[in-house]
Amino acid sequence: MNPPTTTTAEPGRSPLAGRMGGHLQGAAAEHLGLVLVLALLVGMFGALSENFLSALTFTTLANQIPALTVVAVGMTLVLVIGGIDLSVGSVLALSGGILGVALTSWGLPLWLGALLALGVGLLAGIVNGWVTVAWAVPSFIVTLGMLEIARGSAYLVTASQSLYVGEPVQPLGAPTALGLSPTWFLAILLVAAGQVTLSRTIFGRYMIAIGTNEQAVRLSGIDPRPVKMIVFALVGVLAGLGGVFSVAYLETADPNAGIGIELAAIAAVVIGGTSLMGGRGSVVNSFLGVLIISVLQVGLAQIGASEPVKRVVTGAVIVLAVILDSYRHRFAPRGEVWRRLRKTPG
Amino acid sequence: MARAGDPAALLRIRGLGKSYAAPVLVDVELDLVGGEVHALVGANGAGKSTLARLICGIDQADTGEMELEGAAYAPRGKREAERLGVHLIPQELNLIATLSVAENLFLPRLPSRFGMLDRPRLEAAARAALATVGLDGLDPWTVVGGLGVGHQQLVEIAKALAHPCRMLILDEPTAALTSPEIETLFGEIDRLRRAGVALVYVSHRMEEIQRIADRTTVLRDGRVVHTGPTAELPTARALQLMVGREVARAMSRERAAPGAVALTVEGLSRGELVDNVSFTVRRGEILGVAGLVGSGRTELLRAVFGADAPDAGRVLVGDPPRRVKIEQPSDAVRAGIGMVPEDRKEQGLLLQEPVRVNATLARLSAMTHRGGWLDLEAERGVAEQSRDAMAVRCSSVEQPVRELSGGNQQKVLIGRWLLRDVDVLLFDEPTRGIDVEAKEMVYRVLGELAAAGKALVVVSSELEELLAICDRIAVMSAGKMAATLERDECTHERIMTAAFSNYLSGPDAVLHGASA
Ligand SMILES: Nc1ncnc2c1ncn2[C@@H]1O[C@H](COP(=O)(O)OP(=O)(O)OP(=O)(O)O)[C@@H](O)[C@H]1O
Ligand SMILES: [Mg+2]
Repeated sequence: MNPPTTTTAEPGRSPLAGRMGGHLQGAAAEHLGLVLVLALLVGMFGALSENFLSALTFTTLANQIPALTVVAVGMTLVLVIGGIDLSVGSVLALSGGILGVALTSWGLPLWLGALLALGVGLLAGIVNGWVTVAWAVPSFIVTLGMLEIARGSAYLVTASQSLYVGEPVQPLGAPTALGLSPTWFLAILLVAAGQVTLSRTIFGRYMIAIGTNEQAVRLSGIDPRPVKMIVFALVGVLAGLGGVFSVAYLETADPNAGIGIELAAIAAVVIGGTSLMGGRGSVVNSFLGVLIISVLQVGLAQIGASEPVKRVVTGAVIVLAVILDSYRHRFAPRGEVWRRLRKTPG
Repeated sequence: MARAGDPAALLRIRGLGKSYAAPVLVDVELDLVGGEVHALVGANGAGKSTLARLICGIDQADTGEMELEGAAYAPRGKREAERLGVHLIPQELNLIATLSVAENLFLPRLPSRFGMLDRPRLEAAARAALATVGLDGLDPWTVVGGLGVGHQQLVEIAKALAHPCRMLILDEPTAALTSPEIETLFGEIDRLRRAGVALVYVSHRMEEIQRIADRTTVLRDGRVVHTGPTAELPTARALQLMVGREVARAMSRERAAPGAVALTVEGLSRGELVDNVSFTVRRGEILGVAGLVGSGRTELLRAVFGADAPDAGRVLVGDPPRRVKIEQPSDAVRAGIGMVPEDRKEQGLLLQEPVRVNATLARLSAMTHRGGWLDLEAERGVAEQSRDAMAVRCSSVEQPVRELSGGNQQKVLIGRWLLRDVDVLLFDEPTRGIDVEAKEMVYRVLGELAAAGKALVVVSSELEELLAICDRIAVMSAGKMAATLERDECTHERIMTAAFSNYLSGPDAVLHGASA
């Protein structure tokens, strides 16, 4: 055995430790802050507006978030490996456009149209990943290019028109059990799948390791390139799925859909504590970030805030959340504050 | 001479204590006198670097006080300590990889004119600073990221020497240096000592301490267990104080007749530092690679391992030799070759991740079962075994690696490759920063690997180490393989002669500055 050392094992200090050790305990601690913020917001809007705390508000909100949710899942994954994908909004619009055209002009069945839309997303993702990996171009630049390419293509596909789709997408978008649409259940499923991939699979471990120190990963005999490629491809597929969800929700394929959704997704992900520098992230927390942003939006609308005010408040909340998080993580590596917060004195 | 309570002390340390998760320093008392080299020794994790950080204001003590020339001294940051003339050469290299050597040397206070960087002045100052550590030949505008660890270490030293100081702490400055660079450094240390600077010298190399330290303090588990003149503290006694019991320094291993050829390298070239290099290693054999800092030892290993793609040459494995195409480290691992890199912080470890994650990284793919799922319990078990096998000192395998002492980080890195079954292992400075006892353990581990039929290539700056464990020693000089010596022909002189052989200007140019 090694020499006697300290015994204060502390599950949950590092992101990976948190998901290991006392799994539930660590995870709960990690989510607690966000859940608290969310509860606070709900309580506040409930107090300010008598209509807010109703089933209707919540089903409306739930049915409106699936597109942002799946995009945020993808964004979490790509940020974890230290990359970024700015093209998700455009890819979403392109995929949605393809789905719209497939259903209205080509008369394809929904499943085939959706598959096509996902295929387009996959393609965009593969191109993003391939250029990023093969030429070692920063993904910021590559996906900025793809943002333009995919948006332009979306206009081309839809002839710059909003296409009303209507009935053919209702199997996806129309409310079912509890007033929730199938897209909502799918989105939740993907949040779970994303989280499990990240924390319980070898692939996820490689992702986190690459985001932490890609050199070290490479010199451990693991080729980081395929991992990165796959992640970019996944993000593309998820953006494509976001396109399908958005068409399902609006019953319309709009070439202007998803403008700025990449920023909303990044905001949600960052509120959830994922690092823009890579190596640290939680899909569940990103989902909580999505909920916080969405509740804020809906709540502010209900209390009659104007669009400009909504934006000012949302922006302030994002910055505030990140400052709070930076406090946690500025001290967490050294363990000072974090440990003090957790340890009972003595 | 200084005793506890010496009125002549420049820095007096009284009752200093520091705890992280557990106490790291307890009631440390120390007097540091100007014009003296004070050695600080102790096992990995004893608290040497922590004490250095407290003195230099990088961290703050929980208890106790310090006095600098009679005035209360409690620096709240590195900058404040430096303003008072207290400088540190840190154990972990701290240079900014994307900036030039010149900029790194003078970073917080770059010379400027009208708000613009004064490039000529900076260059002149940088050249002067580099000359003090014998790096006259280095272009000050070289980007630091492209330098090897040895050169980076020299730049760190030059950086500290470039500022006037009253006190200089050197935390394992020679861990990546070979004897000529060390001579140069010792020359500088001597100069500072004569100028009345108080020097603190941390090292695991006891020979160095015997040579240059006036006084030695031994730390064990965060406590001072001995302070006194070095002359009155023989090495064996110091080691005993460090670990609390007798230490056997065997430094040798049983050798079996080497087996079949495991690795053949033919005409390998890469850039300027690997020039048409050929060698073979057999199963059960340890091939040492000696050479000066910057002679291409690290670059050679990296080219074999595919970390940098070679420009020319072939790598063959097995017997009969089978050519393998290695463009990436992953190809090398598939061909049965592993490498422990030199720079643990940049190239080896995931600092923010726990020991567990770092230990199992190379092994994960081998642990794949049930289709890519991580078996966290199994992983933890494997990591704990690795920790015990390497005697890593950590609170648990869930402790982030960044919180470990330098030597313990190194052990984690070595342990990673022991978990992965490969036929050929390349070690680049495997004992960098680890204590005497742990070195013995690493030598034992290397011996066991060889006995188990692995072929090992070991790069080391410590010649004694190579002489003790290797079957043959290859000597690199300016990118070429200058000699390959059989065990019975290996002598200090022959190796150093070969190491200098390809430097046209001869040893004097490389050693330049030793007498400055
Ligand atoms: N930030 C930190 N958080 C928790 N523990 C720490 C931290 N920094 C250091 N330690 C612990 O303090 C102890 C002493 O570390 P230190 O780096 O001072 O050792 P050292 O004597 O320099 O060892 P080495 O010879 O390996 O460099 C170690 O057990 C280490 O794990
Ligand atoms: Mg140290």
